[in-house]
Amino acid sequence: MIRLFGIAAGAGFTLILLYSFVMGAVNFIKEPPVKAVEYSFHKHPEKPGFAHEGIFGKFDRGQLQRGLKVYQEVCAACHSMNLVAFRNFEDLGYSEGQIKTIAKNWATETPSINPDTGEASTRPSLASDQIPSPYLNDVQARAANNNALPPDLSLMTKARHDGTNYVYSLLTGYTDPPSDLPEENRPGTGLYYNAYFANLNIAMAPPLNSEGQVSYDDGTKASIDQMAKDVSAFLAWTAEPKMEARKSIGLGVIGFLIVFTFLAYFSYQNIWADLKAQKRKD
Amino acid sequence: MSFPWANQYQPENEFMKWMDSRLPLPRLIYNAIGAGYPVPRNLNYFWNFGVLAGVALVIQILTGVILAMHYAANVGVAFDSVEHIMRNVNSGWLLRYAHMNGASFFFIVVYIHIFRGLFYSSYKAPREMVWLLGLVIFLLMMATAFMGYVLPWGQMSFWGAKVITGLFSAIPLVGPALQEWLLGGFSPDNATLNRFFSLHFVLPFVIFGVIILHIWALHIPGSSNPTGIEIKGQQDTIPFHPYYTAKDGFGLGIFLIFFCILTFFMPNFLGHPDNYIPANELSTPAHIVPEWYFWPFYAILRAFTFDFLFIPAKLLGVIAMFGSILLLFFLPWLDKSPVRSGHYRPIFRKFFWFGLIPCILLLGYLGGAPAEEPYVMLSQLASAYYFAHFLIILPIISMTEKPKPLPNSITEAVTGKPLESAA
Repeated sequence: MIRLFGIAAGAGFTLILLYSFVMGAVNFIKEPPVKAVEYSFHKHPEKPGFAHEGIFGKFDRGQLQRGLKVYQEVCAACHSMNLVAFRNFEDLGYSEGQIKTIAKNWATETPSINPDTGEASTRPSLASDQIPSPYLNDVQARAANNNALPPDLSLMTKARHDGTNYVYSLLTGYTDPPSDLPEENRPGTGLYYNAYFANLNIAMAPPLNSEGQVSYDDGTKASIDQMAKDVSAFLAWTAEPKMEARKSIGLGVIGFLIVFTFLAYFSYQNIWADLKAQKRKD
Repeated sequence: MSFPWANQYQPENEFMKWMDSRLPLPRLIYNAIGAGYPVPRNLNYFWNFGVLAGVALVIQILTGVILAMHYAANVGVAFDSVEHIMRNVNSGWLLRYAHMNGASFFFIVVYIHIFRGLFYSSYKAPREMVWLLGLVIFLLMMATAFMGYVLPWGQMSFWGAKVITGLFSAIPLVGPALQEWLLGGFSPDNATLNRFFSLHFVLPFVIFGVIILHIWALHIPGSSNPTGIEIKGQQDTIPFHPYYTAKDGFGLGIFLIFFCILTFFMPNFLGHPDNYIPANELSTPAHIVPEWYFWPFYAILRAFTFDFLFIPAKLLGVIAMFGSILLLFFLPWLDKSPVRSGHYRPIFRKFFWFGLIPCILLLGYLGGAPAEEPYVMLSQLASAYYFAHFLIILPIISMTEKPKPLPNSITEAVTGKPLESAA
């Protein structure tokens, strides 16, 4: 009885699905789906290679410091970094004194209140403060940016596929639109063509546009490619500040587990030795 | 019940004797997973996965309880509180990544455990109750995992919650009201997040309870084995401890190596980047996909694209998706073959390896793919096979197939010599 009911139900589901399949196939043949234009022009991120890649990869401290400078002098004008505090820059190799100076000299001050009147005001940042946002709120951010909201960059490299390479490719990927790009996909006013951006047209003006835009303290030549690479590495750190601890602990853990597994295997073989001896040989 | 030759618990010292006569908990453990539980001697590595699933649950509960000490279930701060765990809590990144990937590994081992049961027909009499309780655990796991994915309140959390609770709105008459009741509002919001957190915390303990029932029900007939024939004498069995504890120790090592490679070196490999974007109900992600372990069911849901006899496609999809799991509850009665093990069922075996397994893998791939052609057409064919396999092919071959001859005993299957003393 239950099997008859089962066969009936199974036949029902199967028939409806095959019916849907046939209907779908007919539609597919009658009107083949058109691939969105974005598909043919969109590019996958380039891979410039970063020191922190791979299981032994560590952040390049010099690169992170250069990247911070690019963020501070270029990106931070529009993009917030809500999840990172100045004290975290210790990871980049800065001393306490240097961090205090960076915090004090940050272009945007930390929101505060006037201690006498209670009115909203700002004060220079301390090492314990989170990095202050360049705008008071999203409305102000949109108003200043042609109604586009510059996203927070703290997690950017984890919030996109192949994020670090994506950020690098996006920053270096501004070009003129290809000549065969249909009119409706061409950038409108206030938009810029970038083949790495999902819909090809991004509201962010090319942020890195001239060599030497940032003057590096360590004498590295600040080419656009170099600045893009450095700030991408910096954003990889802001998204995953514990990466080095994760990898080094991971290597120890895997090493321990390999030893443990070998020992477990030998004790298993040892305990089973008398039983395995009885096993037939074929 | 146990076998008459099972080892008897002997308290080792005066304290254990005192304990045994007052609260025989050590005796219970000895009989459940110690030397007092006789197990077939021929279990292969597929029998490791029950223990591994238990370990995975323990990992989830331990990491989860500590995460809950730092997490804040409020839509205003939930996302930032997860990042606070990742950045400021000591070893918080490890707890969170272990919990994230632990969920995936829990599903990996449970899927292998379930397919072990399907191939060796472990669901057949007298173990129907073990199978049914296992499916209850599976459903509870799915609910728990779904609600856990909502907690970080990222984009996929929010839109996943919206889509999955939206399934209930397909139910005629009561659907929309039911969805509002589940969400505590018209859209996922603070009420939703709070109740999901509460349920996500409590359900694992319910799962733990049902696992105890699952093991209890298993111990009535005892474990099945790769030949599928019953235990006939003492020689067919060995004590669980030390034989299978040693084998499980080795299996656990392999499991932990894979688990730790993902957790430490590619922790976000199984996740979706969109969940690192805070939830925003004004911005819909391009492709809303659930976690990978739901993909086969998600593919079945989306395979229904046309209304049929005035039944809307969405409702058909919802019925089929739930039906694809519910039908497993009927397997013990759909499959009437007297032989359990797939090794001795030539036709069943072919359909299993060349039909069911590729079908499930394909559905898994399609569930993660965008809802476009040709993915949708493929998922229609694969879903059709899924239902046909369990509801039509399996009942029919179980009646018509001629099984291969079975060995006389487990001992004979292993050693080639007959069992000397039949019990």
